[in-house]
Amino acid sequence: MTDRLLDLSVTDGRLALAAAGSWTADRAGELETLIDKAVRRARGVAAVEIRMGAVERLDTFGAWLLERLVRTLTAAGREPAVLDLPERWHDLVEEARQVNRTPLPPTRRRPLGDALAGLGRIVVEITHDLLLIVQMFGAMAIVAARAALRPWTFRLTSMVHHLDRVGWRAVPIIVLITFLLGCIIAQQGLFHFRRFGVEVYVVDMVGILVLREIGVLMVAIMVAGRSGSAYTAELGSMKMREEIDALRTMGFDPLEVLVLPRLVALVLALPALTFVGSMAALYGAGLVAWLYGGMSPDIYLARLRDAISLDHFAVGLLKAPFMALVIGIVASVEGLQVKGSTESLGRKTTASVVKAIFLVIVLDGLFAIFFASIGM
Amino acid sequence: MSPDPDDPVISVRDLVTGFGDTRVLDGASLDVARGEILGCVGASGAGKSVLMRTIVGLLPRRGGSIRVLGQDMARLGMGARRALERRWGVLFQHGALFSSLSAIQNVQFPMREYLRLSRRLMDEVAVAKLEMVGLDASVCHKRPAELSGGMIKRVALARALALDPEIVFLDEPTSGLDPIGAAEFDLLIKTLQQTLGLTVFMVTHDLDSLHAVCDRVAVLADRKVITVGPMATMLSSDHPWIRSYFRGTRSRVGAATGAVRAVRAV
Repeated sequence: MTDRLLDLSVTDGRLALAAAGSWTADRAGELETLIDKAVRRARGVAAVEIRMGAVERLDTFGAWLLERLVRTLTAAGREPAVLDLPERWHDLVEEARQVNRTPLPPTRRRPLGDALAGLGRIVVEITHDLLLIVQMFGAMAIVAARAALRPWTFRLTSMVHHLDRVGWRAVPIIVLITFLLGCIIAQQGLFHFRRFGVEVYVVDMVGILVLREIGVLMVAIMVAGRSGSAYTAELGSMKMREEIDALRTMGFDPLEVLVLPRLVALVLALPALTFVGSMAALYGAGLVAWLYGGMSPDIYLARLRDAISLDHFAVGLLKAPFMALVIGIVASVEGLQVKGSTESLGRKTTASVVKAIFLVIVLDGLFAIFFASIGM
Repeated sequence: MSPDPDDPVISVRDLVTGFGDTRVLDGASLDVARGEILGCVGASGAGKSVLMRTIVGLLPRRGGSIRVLGQDMARLGMGARRALERRWGVLFQHGALFSSLSAIQNVQFPMREYLRLSRRLMDEVAVAKLEMVGLDASVCHKRPAELSGGMIKRVALARALALDPEIVFLDEPTSGLDPIGAAEFDLLIKTLQQTLGLTVFMVTHDLDSLHAVCDRVAVLADRKVITVGPMATMLSSDHPWIRSYFRGTRSRVGAATGAVRAVRAV
């Protein structure tokens, strides 16, 4: 393979370009520079000829660059003569002559306009999302009412299957995380309360915090990440594969067949997981109080009995089903919004988790105000 | 470029491959000559796609040898393998376009990775490729989700041709296209093969494609390549599966003889 792709020589006001070697993809970058140079050299000459005889290999890249050279020179009024082009490349060069006749449509960029348009789109989307969630809430109420009137239409098997997935199988990870959380809260409490000599109040803090807030919130966030995302991805891929359309054409309501069992499973699972999680957190806190704070388990339990009332326990557990409802509805709304591409599936799954966690925390705040005002 | 049987670009010998306990291919041998279009047919599940995927290295080989462009696939190091992969292009059944990239970005993707080109040249060549597969500049900035099935196949073909490969593997190129679109696609494959001097390995179910574009046909059955030859050989074969495939009611010949019989019956 020769290293000279294009030789330039000027004789008597004629520019002779001798092409050689492989005019292929690998050397296209180099060749482009040479061709630009040739165009510059052609400015002062009367005629140009391109000899292609010594070219060993030619592909689309080479053919296009030859065509570009010819077009640029022709546009400058020096139509070149292409000589000795081997027969086997006539088709390819002819093909290259046809392409790139219309300019590529530009991608317009208006930074300020785009930014404003983006902001506006977000506002519209948020409103739209809220509407969709309310709509789904209403639709699910109707579906649930229908199922309550005709209980035999409810898909119990499906519900039990999902209960197993989002409830039973989530127990190990929930127990592990809430246990660690209980340990950390107790350790931090002991460390700081020790300075005031009121270590025993750690038990009050842990008890109230875990049962009222942290237990249910942590479990809801984990369930949103673990099961909400799974719901969105499942419903989304069913939408992509037209399974949901198939259900519709057979006269089934996808909300009844797919969404209701999942939603019921979540509403049953979350309070149970909250209970298990809270117990694990209290156990972890007790363990740390014993091993790190030197508080015997008897004292810990006695103090816990004094510090917390059934109210605290009820507040936490009452919130759980509502949070489950929010997670399930957001997951279903997002899942059913998936469009054809895999990219949209990913985007919707992320959106589902982010929105569910956000709404769960907002809901928790509203509950805090509500319980405070009714004195619980 | 006319096919040269003494210069096989793909040479498969006694290939064994499979999943778990089942052997999909067991002792399959096949040569693909430079510059030919070889159609690969077989019943569903006979291992046509498996053969193609094994040749391009997507599935592991359990036995036998595969030589592509004179190189033994089993003995290639990482670098040599990547260099070899640049010399073939694959068109997947459903296009497999990257859904987050526009049509032109899909075509430019391999160029961007393997070549050092100016932005201008890359745009020009990508548009040229898209025009060569029969699309125009208006599809350039569209995402795969906005394209029709036929357009997706064309963009995918343009991507397979992005680096000007020597071999193109096509997995059911005309499936999912209407008969007119399929015929156009066949013609496109034939034209591009002649213009670019390609060797084409095509897995297909489309009898019209086989008639229209294939120089030779390889038939997969009983986990082997049972026959390789031009259409005429297939039509005169006595093998029961080949007979029912090429001369069944859905084939041109079968339809014609069926019609004749129907006329005679009247």
